[in-house]
Amino acid sequence: MKKLLEVKDLHISFHTFAGEVQAIRGVDFDLHEGETLAIVGESGSGKSVTTKSIMRLLPQGNSEIKSGEILFNGENLATASEKKMQKIRGKDISMIFQDPMTSLNPTMTIGKQIMEPLIKHRNLGKKEATERTIKLLDLVGIPKPETRLKQYPHQFSGGMRQRVVIAIALACAPKVLIADEPTTALDVTIQGQILDLMKDLQKKIETSIIFITHDLGVVANVADRVAVMYGGKIVEVGTVDEIFYNPQHPYTWGLISSMPSLDSQDEELFVIPGTPPDLLHPPKGDAFAPRNPYAMKIDKEEQPPMFKVSDTHYAATWLLHPDAPKVEPPLAVQERQAKFHASIKGDK
Amino acid sequence: MTEKLLEVKNLKQYFNIGKPKEVRAVDDISFDIYKGETLGLVGESGCGKSTTGRTLIRLYNATGGEVLYDGVNVHGKKSGKELKEFNQKMQMIFQDPYASLNPRMKISDIIAEGIDIHGLAKSPKERLEKVYKLLETVGLNKEHANRYPHEFSGGQRQRIGIARALAVEPEFIIADEPISALDVSIQAQVVNLLKKLQKERELTYLFIAHDLSMVKYISDRIGVMYFGKLVELAPADDLYRNPVHPYTQSLLSAIPLPDPEYERSRKRKAYRPDIHQYEDGEDVRMREISPGHFVNCSEKEFEQYKANYNHKK
Ligand SMILES: Nc1ncnc2c1ncn2[C@@H]1O[C@H](COP(=O)(O)OP(=O)(O)OP(=O)(O)O)[C@@H](O)[C@H]1O
Ligand SMILES: Nc1ncnc2c1ncn2[C@@H]1O[C@H](COP(=O)(O)OP(=O)(O)OP(=O)(O)O)[C@@H](O)[C@H]1O
Ligand code: SF4
Ligand SMILES: [Mg+2]
Ligand SMILES: [Mg+2]
Repeated sequence: MKKLLEVKDLHISFHTFAGEVQAIRGVDFDLHEGETLAIVGESGSGKSVTTKSIMRLLPQGNSEIKSGEILFNGENLATASEKKMQKIRGKDISMIFQDPMTSLNPTMTIGKQIMEPLIKHRNLGKKEATERTIKLLDLVGIPKPETRLKQYPHQFSGGMRQRVVIAIALACAPKVLIADEPTTALDVTIQGQILDLMKDLQKKIETSIIFITHDLGVVANVADRVAVMYGGKIVEVGTVDEIFYNPQHPYTWGLISSMPSLDSQDEELFVIPGTPPDLLHPPKGDAFAPRNPYAMKIDKEEQPPMFKVSDTHYAATWLLHPDAPKVEPPLAVQERQAKFHASIKGDK
Repeated sequence: MTEKLLEVKNLKQYFNIGKPKEVRAVDDISFDIYKGETLGLVGESGCGKSTTGRTLIRLYNATGGEVLYDGVNVHGKKSGKELKEFNQKMQMIFQDPYASLNPRMKISDIIAEGIDIHGLAKSPKERLEKVYKLLETVGLNKEHANRYPHEFSGGQRQRIGIARALAVEPEFIIADEPISALDVSIQAQVVNLLKKLQKERELTYLFIAHDLSMVKYISDRIGVMYFGKLVELAPADDLYRNPVHPYTQSLLSAIPLPDPEYERSRKRKAYRPDIHQYEDGEDVRMREISPGHFVNCSEKEFEQYKANYNHKK
């Protein structure tokens, strides 16, 4: 599959009173044409900062892209001019933000907010833009779009507002859609409708999606591939089946073990021990080592490289080094791996 | 666990009363919360869960109905002392981690605000120790105490909100989607923590959330809301095993599971409110289908529901 976006060795810091927060510490990933890549990981691990940097929407003043490349259409967005970025934002790459309530303008009608990018980026006239807006609202499942486009955000429920946000993000049929927790505030029935809608639209307009969420059920539903972040780095990446049924990184093991299943009862939920790394003073070795029951001596000394598990599956853990001792992953993970190996055998 | 801490009777909360855009956010709901239990509240976005929580804690004056806390009406006239007592006993963890923290205050001061108001620390040293302990409890570290809210991610801010609520050692906590912005390990940590505190201090929770696996795990009983009404109320296990109201069934059919293979063939059940076909003046109310399991329905539906319910057993 063709690479649409390539992020290479990205480093981003924030300058604060307390010092330099090294929020992103060497992130690499590709986004292929037409795929959905989910980014999961600890809160504060850098998911929003990474994706905002692709749009160059980091707060001006205290943030700095220290090094690395963001290649899109042969262009390095990390160093592109603001003028160039304004052409790209909303047209080629658009974003649904983590906080749905603040992303609509309360004083502007819904219709106007959708038409604005169409007029700006696609040079449509008012009449054409209105027609297209009605089509878009219809597409995202808003009934009676002709009357609805004259209304204001507060006249829409949370779920409908989120669909409007999606309609705006899709207005110019972008090549890349970045969705940061787009359904977290919604109930599961509306969430389901929106996920179906995004998948459907993806087919129709061939958009690639970067989907950030904490909900591993949602990831299982939408993702083709999954990247797992910890402490400002991607620590594991693979197809959705590889990550859910054959995870390799102890942090991914921790995530999978922490979820309650519908039949969990009174037992305590599994928790990854310890606290997240302090990115003001990032550790020399692997940032996860202090919380990792499987950590070895080398982990405190040296950061692990990405080890290859398959052509599509990589993980940054010394456990994959040929000299590392074999360890037993937690029970919840072993059960998943057994299922994975059974299904591989079944295929053959 | 049979002593009532909170009695909610025919509670109503309307907005924009008398105007064309009147909203009946909470429309005549009744339920009790027992001492030491967790009552989960789920339902469609916009169905009135947050408004219910906010009205219980007196952030809004109720349009109608009553809320009794330990037998005392929450909404009646109160002296300053009584108000302060209520405020310490009942705490709310808010849904929106962006809007609920004062951007000009340091994290340590945000967390210690309640400690100061209620005089819970004898010395500055004790105050700071409490703050450190609370930060650690919610999975942050000491270094965070001197920073400001904008320096934190969404999930980190939500943990600060939780630390702030815990700081005054309340009896009753309304947690409005306290964990939906957190990663699963920290969700598990917060939920374990809430459960542990509950055991140790006999805390009572109203837990509002969209994540139905987590709600089931933490709740003793669960109420399902739809458009301002409570449509079903049951012990947690029973609700998941025997959902009766068609909205509850639709909701449960949509829970995403962390299993890609299962998700590829997922079927969701849609809910259409017009299937009820209630006639004008028909007596639609909560009826008890089995001990402690209530469903909002008409007499006719009740007979149907009962027939099906018994079959399943
Ligand atoms: N404006 C800022 N100033 C200082 N530090 C910041 C700023 N914005 C983000 N950070 C830091 O950068 C890191 C990454 O934050 P980011 O918002 O990307 O996390 P996230 O993975 O999206 O988390 P969540 O899941 O909670 O949304 C965090 O440690 C955060 O404290
Ligand atoms: N202050 C207000 N003024 C007018 N309408 C309001 C106000 N607060 C809430 N509403 C309306 O009341 C209804 C219930 O809102 P509420 O916030 O209680 O829903 P919710 O169940 O918490 O939804 P969500 O799951 O999306 O948080 C909605 O239609 C909302 O638009
Ligand atoms: S490299 Fe070492 S510390 Fe890091 S995840 Fe692997 S085993 Fe754990
Ligand atoms: Mg984020
Ligand atoms: Mg709410």
